[in-house]
Amino acid sequence: MSDPRPAPLLTLRGIGKSFLGVRVLDGVDLDVAPGEVHAVVGENGAGKSTLMKIVSGGYSPDEGTVEFAGATRSFRGPRDAQRAGVGIIHQEFNLLPERTVAENVYLGHEPVRRGLVDRRGMLERTRQLLASIGETTLPADARVGQLGVAQQQVVEIAKALALDAQLLIMDEPTAALADHEVELLYGLVRRLQERGIGLLYVSHRLAEVFDLSGRITVLKDGRRVTTVATADTTGDELVRHMVGRELSSYYPDRAAPEDRGPVRLNLRDAGNRKLRDVNLQLRAGEVLGIGGLQGSGRSALARAIFGVSPFTTGDVTLDDRPVRLRSPRTAMRAGIAYVTEDRKGEGIVPRQSVLDNALLASRAVFAARSGRAARTLRVRELLAAVEVRGAGDDQEIRFLSGGNQQKVVLARWLALNPRILLFDEPTRGIDVGAKSAIHDLVRRLARDGAAVLMISSDLPELLGMSDRIVVMRDGHVAGELPAGATEEEVVALAVGTAREAVA
Amino acid sequence: MQTVQPRSLPLRLPRVRPGGVLPILAILAVLVVLVGIRQPDFLAPPSLMSFLGRSAPIILLAAGQYFVIVSGEFDLSVGSLVTAQVVVAARLIDSDPARTWPVVLLLLAFGALVGLVNGLVTTRLRVPSFITTLGMFLILVGAVYLWSDGAPKGGLSEEFRRFGRRAFEDVPLLGRVPYALVVLVVLAVAAVLLMRSDFGRTLVAVGDNPRTAELSGVRVWRTRTFAFILSGLAAAVAAILLGGYSGVSFQAGNGLEFGAITAVVLGGVALGGGRGAVVGAMLGALTLELLFALMNFYGVSGALRSTVQGAIILLAVAVSATRSSSR
Repeated sequence: MSDPRPAPLLTLRGIGKSFLGVRVLDGVDLDVAPGEVHAVVGENGAGKSTLMKIVSGGYSPDEGTVEFAGATRSFRGPRDAQRAGVGIIHQEFNLLPERTVAENVYLGHEPVRRGLVDRRGMLERTRQLLASIGETTLPADARVGQLGVAQQQVVEIAKALALDAQLLIMDEPTAALADHEVELLYGLVRRLQERGIGLLYVSHRLAEVFDLSGRITVLKDGRRVTTVATADTTGDELVRHMVGRELSSYYPDRAAPEDRGPVRLNLRDAGNRKLRDVNLQLRAGEVLGIGGLQGSGRSALARAIFGVSPFTTGDVTLDDRPVRLRSPRTAMRAGIAYVTEDRKGEGIVPRQSVLDNALLASRAVFAARSGRAARTLRVRELLAAVEVRGAGDDQEIRFLSGGNQQKVVLARWLALNPRILLFDEPTRGIDVGAKSAIHDLVRRLARDGAAVLMISSDLPELLGMSDRIVVMRDGHVAGELPAGATEEEVVALAVGTAREAVA
Repeated sequence: MQTVQPRSLPLRLPRVRPGGVLPILAILAVLVVLVGIRQPDFLAPPSLMSFLGRSAPIILLAAGQYFVIVSGEFDLSVGSLVTAQVVVAARLIDSDPARTWPVVLLLLAFGALVGLVNGLVTTRLRVPSFITTLGMFLILVGAVYLWSDGAPKGGLSEEFRRFGRRAFEDVPLLGRVPYALVVLVVLAVAAVLLMRSDFGRTLVAVGDNPRTAELSGVRVWRTRTFAFILSGLAAAVAAILLGGYSGVSFQAGNGLEFGAITAVVLGGVALGGGRGAVVGAMLGALTLELLFALMNFYGVSGALRSTVQGAIILLAVAVSATRSSSR
């Protein structure tokens, strides 16, 4: 330990954490020195958030020790951690919009004079605090609800500083910011550094990480892969550390080029609040994979196509005819089906029977078209065909396993004979057997001429299933990759180290 | 591949499906036995038929309330709607037999309109139905007072009153069968069939998880609005029967909304929607009426009615809440 750096502010040793028997963190070491920006990067599910919650008192570790400011700590909760000097700035702010900046900054520990809240003192102290981090334009008596996102972030930081935070955790601080606001944040981070505050900086965006941090720790599958000095590494190297796992599972054969049919769905410069200038073609007979990080606009894309939050700009054509997909009903009538990512929240009606769940969409949209008996018979056949196991058709669906629930949801959509299928994380939280059954089914649908769009965070699945992969970032298409692309290429596009290019 | 199996106890109780009608049938059976012990005559056809006829309005209101509750909403306006209907009928008919049928049709339209407004305000203007229908309750009370200058005017025709009063005489085995009971049976069968239809299954699905329903192409707002309309229609029929039976007053519909909600909850229907059978709701209303009859036989003060109702609501909701969370 002949380290020239000052004694670390925070030292984590061998941190391990499991939820319900699943190991989320395993033997993670990490330290932060005063005045240092230490970045933590990794894929979705690598364990970043859990680690940050352990540092900020949200969780207690199953194994390992947390040393902070020279003493071993076990925080009893977030407030305990705050009092000790650990602040966290979440992606979602914790501010009261109807209160002033000063009231938010001193919420819960207002300066008191003669038993009453000392408003003037509070305003004055807030001004000083803001000035100390170079914020002279932000009025301490402004209502927080009237401020922009960047200014609200400053309020959050001031809030942490008012509690004498020595260590600040920033979780995706730029996610909500516009480009020009990012520069302001950079300035802020540097001033915090000058004050000797240690920063743990979690981000998906490698550009920022390189601009700001002194060291970078890469997490993968709950383990620390490496910690490197930022100056000694490159974006490509980081991406290699973040992925790099073998393709071990079996996936059904891809479509042969001659099996790909005409363009079914064509998006030209399509956009809405979460998407901009999306250009995308979906062909009959293919599985188009959509990659990207959480919040990159993958789900927003599926939801826009399905009319849940429709496109507001650009053109959409279906089989070369212009269409406006205003609602799920119009999308369904146009032959589109959407299997949502949030199965529990919006995929099933939990206390209804398997049969009622499978019939839900046909009853709602095509009730008049076919006879009741014929429809029920067909859905029963579909339920048998997708092999829903361990349950009668009359059992409430909530008692089924996730995989079987998903099969019922699939049967619901297949009953409509859709020509375009949108799958959002179709195998999330599903056991291995059901997973490969769903993979086979997805491929079979494409082979039968359906156009399939499949969103997946599971890189092996995305690479194994897709005939083409479109990667989203910040609400637009970052690039397209052919079948046979590598995990590194997908991640590079997703985090923005690769030049945006259409392969 | 495994499903969560209900744990099999060494001594298996008959499996009671949540939302099923078994519990309410059991309670009803116990009450019938108790009544039979205390007042055997009550179960003989003449008084039984008349009891069922008298109970028809509240049972219909419970069915109407069921549609709204199972879709995830509330309808507090039915009590004052019944009052309004009775008062309006008396003034419009003004004892003229020729106006009976037009007014009956008008009352049905009026009930449907109130339901439509309740439904649209709740679903389109996004006012919670508890507030919407409470507002409607107050609006109707005030409007009826204003319209009739504080005292009911006019009178119902004998033709109008016969729905709630008269009966088929000399029916084999049963003797005297009130018209109200026949109306009840016909509408109860219709309600059961409706709940088995696509609309009925969709209605329950909407109450269970409106997000899923919406994403499966259900127009949630239309479905729920239709439930409110059914509740308004049920109130109209109840008003016609009640007006005939007990006459015109500003108290005609007092407290019926709570009676109906209590009945629905007692019948195993989940508040918040998504579970329960319309038969359960109607049996709940019957059970409640029988309980009041029993209290009467035992000389318990009628003033305790609302206390008993309140206790039942709390108990029934508590039982269903703890049962569903223990899974």
